[in-house]
Amino acid sequence: MAEAALRLEGISHVFHRGTPGEVRALDGVDLSLEAGSFTVVLGTNGSGKSSLLNAVAGSLALTSGRVFLDADDVTDWSEQRRARRISRVFQNPFTGTAADLSVAENLALAAGRAGRRGLRRTLGRERRAAVREQVARLGLGLEDRLDTPIGLLSGGQRQALTLLMATMVKPSLLLLDEHTAALDPRSAEQVIRLTQAAVSRGALTTLMVTHSLGQAVALGDRVLVMHRGRVVHDLGDVRRRRISEADLLQLFDRLRWADRLDSSAAEMLRRAYI
Amino acid sequence: MNLVIGAVTIGFILALLGLGVFLSYRVYHLVDLTADGSFGIGVAVAAALLVHGAPPLVATGAAVAAGALAGAITGFLHTRFQVNPLLAGVLTSTALYSVSLFVMGSGSLSLASSRTLVTQAQRLAAAVGLPETVTLLGTDVQSSSLATLVLMALLAAGFALALARFLGTDLGTAMRAAGNNPQMARAVAIDVEGMVVLGLGVSNGLIGLSGALIAQYQGFANITMGVGAIVTGLANLMVGETLFGKRSIGRWITGAVLGAVVFRLLVAAAIRAGLNADALKLVTAVFVLAVLIVPQWGARLRAPRSAGARAHG
Repeated sequence: MAEAALRLEGISHVFHRGTPGEVRALDGVDLSLEAGSFTVVLGTNGSGKSSLLNAVAGSLALTSGRVFLDADDVTDWSEQRRARRISRVFQNPFTGTAADLSVAENLALAAGRAGRRGLRRTLGRERRAAVREQVARLGLGLEDRLDTPIGLLSGGQRQALTLLMATMVKPSLLLLDEHTAALDPRSAEQVIRLTQAAVSRGALTTLMVTHSLGQAVALGDRVLVMHRGRVVHDLGDVRRRRISEADLLQLFDRLRWADRLDSSAAEMLRRAYI
Repeated sequence: MNLVIGAVTIGFILALLGLGVFLSYRVYHLVDLTADGSFGIGVAVAAALLVHGAPPLVATGAAVAAGALAGAITGFLHTRFQVNPLLAGVLTSTALYSVSLFVMGSGSLSLASSRTLVTQAQRLAAAVGLPETVTLLGTDVQSSSLATLVLMALLAAGFALALARFLGTDLGTAMRAAGNNPQMARAVAIDVEGMVVLGLGVSNGLIGLSGALIAQYQGFANITMGVGAIVTGLANLMVGETLFGKRSIGRWITGAVLGAVVFRLLVAAAIRAGLNADALKLVTAVFVLAVLIVPQWGARLRAPRSAGARAHG
């Protein structure tokens, strides 16, 4: 069997540990992502899906459990060290780019993610041409604005460039953190199209968090549903089995029902005993 | 004329201070109070070594290293222990005051009988056969002071050019990204903490150099020379930004250098016009404050008018 691109072993993260307000954001999650697969994580607010992404990226320290990337134990690696192999597109288009740096400089920094940064000129003629070609492929006309500070571009343009930055050097794993949630519908659609193209071109292993059930069934080979820090549904072969938005909605309704039952049961017990 | 030459020379020396402050204040958005301490330790290390007969280049290099180490310590306190950057700078520069005293062995040292970069430049000028005085715009000027001016201008221009080039390399661009958006920097595998330590090291190395040169220019070292260095650096930078803008790194750095020179000329003119030299730091602080707040007043004055125009239009 081929080694999984990403393997999580019982990862947990507890906020406010040891206090009455203790929250188990991640509660012993086991997960294995096959190389080249596209996995979508769904869940209600506070279900732990963002924590899952942060734990993989290294920006959230684990209370327990281990993280393996291409069979290497990366649990103790810092976020920036993992970023040599894991790339990420954030929800906020302003997060993934350095506003005061030019379009070309941002891209050149991303192109150097796996190597050492020395005293070579960032934008020599060769690199400039390479960056220009990559940007031209987006089809947004940004290749003529390479020297513009990236902060002057629109959110959609910045997110398209962040996506390019995340995929121009093939990562072991691509993390998409609700990366179209802050965009207007047209830009969101455009970014999704670019995502699909980049993922299939590079056969990238992808883990995407989203609120959009439509995106989940359109893009995912596999859909995970999280609830209270656990993976409660793991649906494989999404497209072959023709799982629909309606099916997913039903799953969510059932989760919500279970929740309501829990709280009313708790209320009943409280009234009976206190 | 001699007054002008003196002012321009000091301007070029303090331009290095301006470059250091540019790096911490504009690239990292930190007000790095280490500056006072690293300027002072630059003065102290260079003077102590020169008094003991060290070669001027070695003494100056050691001053740069001492400043760089001070900056790296501040960066380390800030990134590793999450000490507030202002406090980290104050702690380092307060500690450096004592260190400078130990290094100098007393509160002040005279370099009158020591070999320095300045005496070497002047000897070089004499060796190539420059007459004792030359006539410039109708006044007699010591060629030795011209030699000093040329030396300092070359140093300032050289380091400015090097810094501008450096900020365009992979490492320099990574530093700018780390200062501009740490989250983005981490996401493209830049060691943000390391970049802060390195950046403050380079910044304070330049400031240490500035201190070493001022001591050699004036021919003496005093423990209080570093006081207010950060404010002087900010003033240089602000004059430069007003004159040259912030549109590119090149313009910005040119501004940091020439801003220092212009500011020194203004100071010289003010003193000539009767300003008490003791009031210099007060005036500098007020100047920096004014540059910071006047644009806000300007915006406030304009805002109601445009709102009114809209109401009537």
